[in-house]
Amino acid sequence: MKVDLYNYILAAQRVNRRQMLKGMAAAGTAAMLPKIGLADDHGNLRAEILKIPGVGAGSPTDSDWQKVGELCLGATKQNVAEGEFEGVELTFMGLNNQNLHNFLFRGFLKPWEAYTGAKINWIDLAQADYNARLQQSIATGTVDFDIIEMGAPFEGDVLGKGLASEMPDWVKEQIDMDDYVDYLKEPVGTWDGKTYRVSIDGDCHSFAYRKDYFGPDSITGRDVPTTWQEVNQVSLDLIGKEDPLTGLPAHGYLDPLKGWGGFGFYFLENRAAAYAKHPNSPAWLFEPDTMKPMVNNPAWVQAIQDVMDLIEAGAYPADQINADPGTTAFQQFLAGTGSMLMWWGDVGSSARTSDSSVVGDVAGFGINPASDRVYNAQASAWEDTRNEAPNMAYIGWGVYVMATVEGDEKKKKAAWSAAAHLGGKDLSLWASAYPSGFQPYRNSHFQFEEWEEAGYDREYVEDYLGSNADSYNHPNAAIEPRIPGIFQYYSVAEDELAKGYAGQYESAQETADAIAAAWDKITDQIGREEQIAIYKASLGL
Amino acid sequence: MNQGDLLHTVTADHIPEGRKRLGKMLVRGTALLGIALAVWQFAYETGRVSAGFDSWRPVLYAYLLWATALCVSQVLVNGEKGKRTLFVLPAALFVISLVVFPLLFALYISFSDWNLASPRGPRFNGLDNVRQMWADAFYWNALKNMVYYVLAISVEYVIAFGLALLLNAQIRARKFFRVVFLLPLMLSPVAVSWMIGKSMLEVRFGPVSRLLRDIGFEPSFYGSPEVARFMIMAMDAWTFIPFMMIMLLAGLQALPGEIIEASRVDGATGWQSFKEVIFPLMLPVSVTAVVIRIIFKLKLADVIINVTSGGPGGATDSVTSFIFREYRDRSNVGYGTLLAIVYLVLIIIFVTLLLKLVSRWMERPA
Repeated sequence: MKVDLYNYILAAQRVNRRQMLKGMAAAGTAAMLPKIGLADDHGNLRAEILKIPGVGAGSPTDSDWQKVGELCLGATKQNVAEGEFEGVELTFMGLNNQNLHNFLFRGFLKPWEAYTGAKINWIDLAQADYNARLQQSIATGTVDFDIIEMGAPFEGDVLGKGLASEMPDWVKEQIDMDDYVDYLKEPVGTWDGKTYRVSIDGDCHSFAYRKDYFGPDSITGRDVPTTWQEVNQVSLDLIGKEDPLTGLPAHGYLDPLKGWGGFGFYFLENRAAAYAKHPNSPAWLFEPDTMKPMVNNPAWVQAIQDVMDLIEAGAYPADQINADPGTTAFQQFLAGTGSMLMWWGDVGSSARTSDSSVVGDVAGFGINPASDRVYNAQASAWEDTRNEAPNMAYIGWGVYVMATVEGDEKKKKAAWSAAAHLGGKDLSLWASAYPSGFQPYRNSHFQFEEWEEAGYDREYVEDYLGSNADSYNHPNAAIEPRIPGIFQYYSVAEDELAKGYAGQYESAQETADAIAAAWDKITDQIGREEQIAIYKASLGL
Repeated sequence: MNQGDLLHTVTADHIPEGRKRLGKMLVRGTALLGIALAVWQFAYETGRVSAGFDSWRPVLYAYLLWATALCVSQVLVNGEKGKRTLFVLPAALFVISLVVFPLLFALYISFSDWNLASPRGPRFNGLDNVRQMWADAFYWNALKNMVYYVLAISVEYVIAFGLALLLNAQIRARKFFRVVFLLPLMLSPVAVSWMIGKSMLEVRFGPVSRLLRDIGFEPSFYGSPEVARFMIMAMDAWTFIPFMMIMLLAGLQALPGEIIEASRVDGATGWQSFKEVIFPLMLPVSVTAVVIRIIFKLKLADVIINVTSGGPGGATDSVTSFIFREYRDRSNVGYGTLLAIVYLVLIIIFVTLLLKLVSRWMERPA
């Protein structure tokens, strides 16, 4: 779980000592009673680890991570004999964001190291250094790590170039991959039919809105918008009105209009997904056979046009042209500016805990708005049918074993055993329930009774995490292509969009054409034929 | 050996021819080894021969061997004089290794098509990058912005001179004000961009925005291209005006007092005294301050990257911030390097011409 989200949930349900003890007592009772309705034989273990350190008992520490790692060693012990990896040294490259990620992995893996006899050396990277370090390692052929924590968008760069080791069957069984939410199953984590990824996280954008803006007696007098057409109309209708909380000008949807190192493009994707991601094809950014960009087809142009219309109408707050996604979430939405936003799983997480937040009691959640019509790229025509397409922006973190271990069976088994331990079913439940930097990503993470027994407020967990679950398991989820250089495409699109939004292009179509031309240039530079092959593989075609 | 050398010679050198030959052979032999290894490795990497090393490391070792042989040969061939050369040679070789080689490598890269995401690695592509640059509206726009940014230095100079005159005058709490006016220079531009650009000027709850709203204005600091560019200039100026100010203040304090007093005795007004005496005497310092400031300005990137990312629509982009996006966000190493090399050449030409042009004012009038 993201740290902010954890704090938010605690604040949201206002856990006091008595409630916390009640929750823990319930969890303790659950631990003592065998088979009290939990899904599998791990019930006792799951209840037991959820008591470490206990919901509301402060942030977990290294000793807690080690305890959880120790308790979850059962699966490893079934496949690995004690001391089997004596003398093996592995290098693990990952992040050190918020003192999480690698810090947790160290704790989780310490008991594993003690049991197996292997030793792990760590490479800790800040998020900002991560992409450059990985790209340089790949480009210069200096892969100096055996295990990596990596986002799925880089699979094109790593798996597409044969730099990773294929997952052995015993690992698949150990981590119970069938339990993954739908969108993390094939083709994500696979390449040319081979599996490479141990998922440890899930990502999606979900819809956050202000409850006080909607309803019969509200400022809009209407229900919460469920389509982008309604979102746009509400944004226009709110011009000139006053925010019920702050008394400042009221605003509708907050589009980030400034680049964010490529990440800003996800926000145009949210709009475009509803128009462009037709259920008849997984492709919505490039045509699979030619890598011809689809970003200048009528669906994407409509999404850009929507934003331009709102700029033209003056629907955004002042200086929105300089607002990056971070600004829209934390300086605008939480501070009471604007009424609708798309953000990752930790949206609104600071709503009650941040000093500058005023929307804690009025934030609601849903999935990416739909569209009244959808563009069928195969038929080159609009269809007047409602279309939903949640945007799985970034697809979440995973653990991958590099091909550096090939040729040394002992080392290879050790690396995969370490990866499987981190992505274990029970351990991941703990990681999704406590601050870890990771979101729930398995169907078993959404057994709300486990959360309730651990001391969480059921209503909140169902409402908030339910929106994530609905996005994850949506049959028409929009999943980004895992091709090399994907963030290069996003970055150059941000530059061209910024020009379009600043009025330097004549129209949305011209802006979209400029993005398409820039994308074509990148494709040619990286190698069109190679990209087509990788793109198709990433889509599972 | 001439007379001058005798003064520094501790021992007279009578170097046998054999020793000289040995020294020369050492250098030539190790150079040949290095060249042979480099050619072999190149042939291996380009697929012309089947056997080779995994990396270029052996060539690096050969280079180090050659460098060592070169140093040793100085003593073998030139004796005492060679020992004196040894005081400088290792440092010179070190600098050449770290400046010339990377520059040559950068030149090679800049004429190649190298995207880090491409599985094909760098490929020589002739003048394609130059042609791309020629047609790249973003780059020319950034260069145009640089002209604006550099021109803004004239205003910064006037303000800095005014402040320097003020702090040079007999005012109350002069030392206190000198320290206070220097404070912005002590801040990192990154801190300035966050504290001022993203916090104080934050349009929703930044204190400056609130003040403007309270007095009836609707603040927008980065909404229009002109205002956004001005705000970047202002933040950069706020940081670096103290730098010019302190240089000018030092110049003012070094002015001979009797000349200014003589001008007053001759009946010059304050303005006349400034125009005819102080300003001309301050020209060398002024020119130095402005030239150094221009060099600083040509590197402008941090404030822009943090506050506007070059927006809106490239209106605030500097060449460096654009290259940063091209190179870091898009891993476009070949093209990014060419842009940087072209900018380097432009800067060298510009600064050389500038120094030539202002050289006549660099000396204090007699």
